[in-house]
Amino acid sequence: MTRRPFAPKVVAANDLLDGDAVWLTEEDTWTRDMGEAELIEDEAVADDRLLFALGQANFVVGPYLVDAKATPKGPAPTHFREAFRMRGPSNYPHGKQAGE
Amino acid sequence: MYHYNDFDEAFVRERVAQFRGQVERRIDGSLTEDEFKPLRLMNGLYLQLHAYMLRVAIPYGTLNSRQMRQLAMIADRWDKGYGHFTTRQNIQFNWPKLGEVPDILEALADVEMHAIQTSGNTIRNVTADHFAGAAADEIADPRPVAELIRQWSTDHPEFQFLPRKFKIAVTGSPNDRAVTRAHDIGLRMVRNDAGEPGFEVIVGGGLGRTPMIGQVIRDFVAQQDLLPYLEAIVSVYNLLGRRDNKYKARIKITVAENGIDEIRARVEAQFEQSKAEWGGFDQELLARIEHSFAPPVFKRAGLEKFNANLAANGAFRAWCDTNLSEHRDPEHAIVTVSIKAHGATPGDASSTQMRVLADLAERLGYDELRISHEQNVILPHVHKSDLPEIYATLRDHGLATANVGLISDIIACPGMDYCALATARSIPVAQEIATRFDELKLEHEIGPLKIKISGCINACGHHHVGHIGILGLDRAGVENYQITLGGDGTETATIGERTGPGFPADEIVPAVERLVGAYLEHRKSEEETFLQTYRRLGMDPFKAALYPEKAQSRAA
Ligand code: HEM
Ligand code: SF4
Repeated sequence: MTRRPFAPKVVAANDLLDGDAVWLTEEDTWTRDMGEAELIEDEAVADDRLLFALGQANFVVGPYLVDAKATPKGPAPTHFREAFRMRGPSNYPHGKQAGE
Repeated sequence: MYHYNDFDEAFVRERVAQFRGQVERRIDGSLTEDEFKPLRLMNGLYLQLHAYMLRVAIPYGTLNSRQMRQLAMIADRWDKGYGHFTTRQNIQFNWPKLGEVPDILEALADVEMHAIQTSGNTIRNVTADHFAGAAADEIADPRPVAELIRQWSTDHPEFQFLPRKFKIAVTGSPNDRAVTRAHDIGLRMVRNDAGEPGFEVIVGGGLGRTPMIGQVIRDFVAQQDLLPYLEAIVSVYNLLGRRDNKYKARIKITVAENGIDEIRARVEAQFEQSKAEWGGFDQELLARIEHSFAPPVFKRAGLEKFNANLAANGAFRAWCDTNLSEHRDPEHAIVTVSIKAHGATPGDASSTQMRVLADLAERLGYDELRISHEQNVILPHVHKSDLPEIYATLRDHGLATANVGLISDIIACPGMDYCALATARSIPVAQEIATRFDELKLEHEIGPLKIKISGCINACGHHHVGHIGILGLDRAGVENYQITLGGDGTETATIGERTGPGFPADEIVPAVERLVGAYLEHRKSEEETFLQTYRRLGMDPFKAALYPEKAQSRAA
């Protein structure tokens, strides 16, 4: 069996104080806009960035790697779960879609 | 209504103070998330997709107007102006900020409420029939016993680290409105041959990934033996329950793996050994608790006004037909206030609606409110002469939807709009089904029909016991909905059966429409409900309606 090629990733988490979705940038900061996140194209780098994120417990909770794709507006989700986290719930205009 | 004594008050305040310290230490970095997570979960604080979520217990679903107003205040001050009532008689706030949660808990303690043991491997909030103390078919009010169980199980030193969560439900009626057969322990009040009230004890029910209907472990436990007997069950489970595999840890698996006879023998042995140690203090406590659940003094005002309104106002009559239940006092009624307006989120109430309900309860409902596992709000005691005024007030606030027990009275879990464990959304599916059948103006013709929707296999939306159950899954990165039929959560509890392949999001509402069409076509008469038709005919006609291509290719 051949190994599947590595799918690009971003590091996602929830903010410690507000609890909302955040993503890791190249500058080692956390952004509320996935488009500003660091798109990681290499598996070893991904592991390394996740390790860094796990050390950020004073800022975020539960960091994880999630698939993303490159777009002109920066990294974008490939799965609906992360797309919902980017937007907010569908029953009220709350969360990120409200500019919060 | 039960009121905290000094001990309860001091205990809850101390827990708030402890948690305040824990939150401070998490924020200043002296606690890691691994250390903090079990502590926040012990206080009902979860982390979801977009924010933290605070789950507050509403023991046996009972609230007074002051408590309801405080929930409204919390919703306005620290959340987004609404709360979500759940199938476990909890209320969930979806947007609290970590630093503010201790203040919310303090505000809850001010009205004798808390979020303790709404999470973790403990005995959870004890649920009860939402018509308790009011229903015409009731043997006795089950809430004193539920309160006794709550006091016994809260902070019980032996039961803080059970193999898995543990849920107990109690009903005082032969008609089971508390889904007792889908709980770790279900208690049904019955009378023995001598006419004394006691409990049928059911064990090992549960939904989730391995749904099971509970089995009767003992058909009669006298009231004074109840706590010793429950303690015997939980300690046998504490010892035998599997801790090696989270998916095999619930008591339903312990019962399935060991057999009900083996569990029964062990429980009896434990019960015989330990019951002498109890010495009757629990019965003194129960007597004191019972005192605080004394029924109100029901007023007398005649029924002329009510009857005149019924005759004159068709909309009022339709609402009475669906939303009232029989009260044990013939001049009174039980009002179920639907918080399922067509297209709204099942279980959500705005702070304004909460205040309206609190005012009505205070003025016209003997200051009592209940939350049902079907995610509606109940005014358990209303004199019939006050119903026209109640109806008019509810209507002004979008609370007079006449759909209780009908196709748009849907249970839905938060699903992927909020929940981190979800595999698909459930709320939009509920909204679309309700909107569609409202457009078709069919729901009263369809009659009693329970649709229940969960956003993952954990089954928080009770889909296994829905007449039509819908389970949201992730199939290769796309939301997909699987249908089960024939489930039932009452005293004739049944787990629904899967129909076959699931449906993508844009095909699930048409699929439900085809199911309902098949029912209308095949029912013997208007009196035969969906569930009865399904039981009579089985899956075939419904499958043919769901998968028409298949039926055609077989016929070809
Ligand atoms: C953050 C949100 C929630 C999480 C993380 C969560 C988690 C879970 C999990 C893991 C189970 C399966 C337990 C097992 O089988 O061992 C479960 C079951 C259940 N949950 Fe939830 N849940 C959430 C929200 C809710 C809500 C909103 C309700 C009420 C509408 C609810 C009511 C139930 C019920 C009734 C079960 C029944 C199945 C059973 O215990 O046998 N949960 N939940
Ligand atoms: S059933 Fe699944 S998606 Fe729904 S609330 Fe429970 S854990 Fe979340």
